[in-house]
Amino acid sequence: MTNLKRRTILAGIPAALTTILAGIPAALTTGALAACGSSTEEAAAGKPADLDAALEKGGKLTYWTWTPSGEDQAKAFMDQYPNVEVEVVNAGTATDEYTALQNAVAAGSGAPDVAQIEYYALQQFSLSDSLVDLTQYGFADLEDQYTASTWGAVNLGGIYGLPQDSGPMVMLYNQAVFDEFGIEVPTTWDEYVAAAQALHAADPGKYLTNDAGDPGFAQPLMWQAGGHPYTVDGTDVKIDLQDEGTRRWADMWNQMLEPGLLAPISTWSDDWWKALSDGTVSSLIIGAWMPGILEGSVPDGAGDWRVAPVPSYDGSPATAENGGSAQSVLKQSKDPALAAAFLRWLNSSEESVDVFLGSGGFPSTTADLTSEEFLSVAPEYFGGQKINEVLVAASENVVPGFEYLPYQVYANSVFPDTVGTAYTELSDLNAGLTAWQETLVTYGESQGFKVN
Amino acid sequence: MTALKQHAQAPERLRRPRPGPRRVRRDWRGWQFVGPFAFVFVFVFIAPLAYALWLSLFQNRLVGGNVFVGLENYRTALADPQFWDGALRVGLFLLVQVPVMLLLALIAALSIDSARLYASGLFRLVIFLPYAVPAVVAVLMWGFIYGNQFGLAADLNGLLGSDLITPFAPKWILASLGNIVTWEFVGYNMLIFYSALKTIPHELYEAAEIDGATRFQVVKAIKLPAARGAIVIATIFSIIGSFQLFNEPNVLNPLADNVITSYFTPNMYAYNLSFAGQQYNYSATIAIIMGLITAVIAYVVQLRGTRREDR
Repeated sequence: MTNLKRRTILAGIPAALTTILAGIPAALTTGALAACGSSTEEAAAGKPADLDAALEKGGKLTYWTWTPSGEDQAKAFMDQYPNVEVEVVNAGTATDEYTALQNAVAAGSGAPDVAQIEYYALQQFSLSDSLVDLTQYGFADLEDQYTASTWGAVNLGGIYGLPQDSGPMVMLYNQAVFDEFGIEVPTTWDEYVAAAQALHAADPGKYLTNDAGDPGFAQPLMWQAGGHPYTVDGTDVKIDLQDEGTRRWADMWNQMLEPGLLAPISTWSDDWWKALSDGTVSSLIIGAWMPGILEGSVPDGAGDWRVAPVPSYDGSPATAENGGSAQSVLKQSKDPALAAAFLRWLNSSEESVDVFLGSGGFPSTTADLTSEEFLSVAPEYFGGQKINEVLVAASENVVPGFEYLPYQVYANSVFPDTVGTAYTELSDLNAGLTAWQETLVTYGESQGFKVN
Repeated sequence: MTALKQHAQAPERLRRPRPGPRRVRRDWRGWQFVGPFAFVFVFVFIAPLAYALWLSLFQNRLVGGNVFVGLENYRTALADPQFWDGALRVGLFLLVQVPVMLLLALIAALSIDSARLYASGLFRLVIFLPYAVPAVVAVLMWGFIYGNQFGLAADLNGLLGSDLITPFAPKWILASLGNIVTWEFVGYNMLIFYSALKTIPHELYEAAEIDGATRFQVVKAIKLPAARGAIVIATIFSIIGSFQLFNEPNVLNPLADNVITSYFTPNMYAYNLSFAGQQYNYSATIAIIMGLITAVIAYVVQLRGTRREDR
């Protein structure tokens, strides 16, 4: 998922347009369709042999994705299996796609056969019974091919997708700015906070990093700090946004937020690119898919940027997954065996992963992560640093056991209402987190979950 | 009167020679004329309304499915602080923005109508032009002007060496939105007023001139009373528009971080409830309550407006 959340810039306009077209009447109509649609019938249990048979027989598939290489991967697939026709549709990036997908699921028709879904949203779709459990097709055997953290994200009491990519968090920093202000590369968060203070004191126009309040960023940071704010057991949900790890992050982050040491620039905004270009923002804590994007979008930074592990709390390396997607087979698919066969090829065949890597993606497949060719890449942009070594090391240090909510898409949508206040008022994050928790508990209960 | 009576009798005479039973047969010709309209009206207006009402009586949960809850959603909505937060916000917006906008539109219409303005056709066109710009484009454009990192606001702040101009700050955001909406709709309202002023017979002006009326007396005694109907209409449109405020805050949302909440206006709340939260039922409830509030207020304004007109 190379350009994970460019949605904020790219999707702004289409989202606004959809909004107008859809409006309230559309909301009601969608509801109308939802009530008319009958629940999808349980597909007859399949078996591994069905996949090859389905590829032989052929058919038509629809595939929703916003991965840049999606189109090329589908083309390579059709060259290999001429009986199968795959139509690639970009139904929006991330949240926009989920909205369309949720509506199609609720309506009982219109969903694709295969869709890209970020890890954090996967549980929501598996819980609403929208996805095919791929265990029946023998997908459990594929476990060895993927990193532990990505496999853990798709294995949710059934295998509800295959990992496409991963985003273990790393730190990108601007060596030129660090040199100019005599800043050592921080290895712990204490050093990081100190560096943020020193830099901003030396030049009030410069910030060590930016954060304008982004749930897709805050949660990986909680994760990295050892937080387990959500515990999900079927329909029993426990939410504690004040557990030890989450507080550890919030207290540390407060030290930068409250004195205004975080640039109030939202990630993926036009401002942000400008700030990265001119050195206003000199480091990023971000997924391993970022180096390729940085190189493509901030040409002015060539030679200045470097990659390092995320600062730790206690000196031992720990990181979290920031973004990353799986592809899943929808229950609405008329030919789930064929869809599963395509998916298997898409995210586990060398032909497909090569196309994906060629577009600058960061893989979830251990074979690619450990290949000599991959590890030895030393881009000029990063001053000849063998960046993949750092990135791959990060993928091995992901703290296990973090769970997302079964209604995470909604949860993220109300983050600005609650935690966002702390960002606009430069006040205590813990208060915002507590307010967020209240909203999430109320929503969970209204949706029939047993919360806390 | 006699002519009328004769006319009323005419059908009676025509019908007389026909045999009795035919009279019982229903005449569907009228329905054939109304049919196309009635069909569209029922399917795009009545049916969605009825369906929204129906939806608002249920709750569809992620766990547990669809259950009938009676008026539970209404009870929740009426006690929902987020809903009232949004409703009060559009109420405040209405009280401040609509008078400002209509006054500006009226001044513009009177100026153009005064025949004292050089190149009035040009002014009319230029003031109307923003209305022709699609709302999304207009809001994005204003968003770039307002941007306190990259926009005109940032440049002005840089020039003045201050950070006073912050259109996206929580306390200014509503005013910033009001400015956009005013910019968009002044021209439209001006055109309504201007067309009302255009219908005033010229003799009235001549009579006023003979009586020695000043220009302001002409405005007060002739022009404003003539435009009263148009003002009432424009007010009602603006009230409905304010309560339905959606595009502007929704498009600005990604530019103004954390300032525009998901329940900033009732329409945004309803939209986010259904599209982000999958709460179609509750969303329908919000839409219905807001629709009722809008209808009541618009009706009151209409009653008051027309009463004054009769006077």
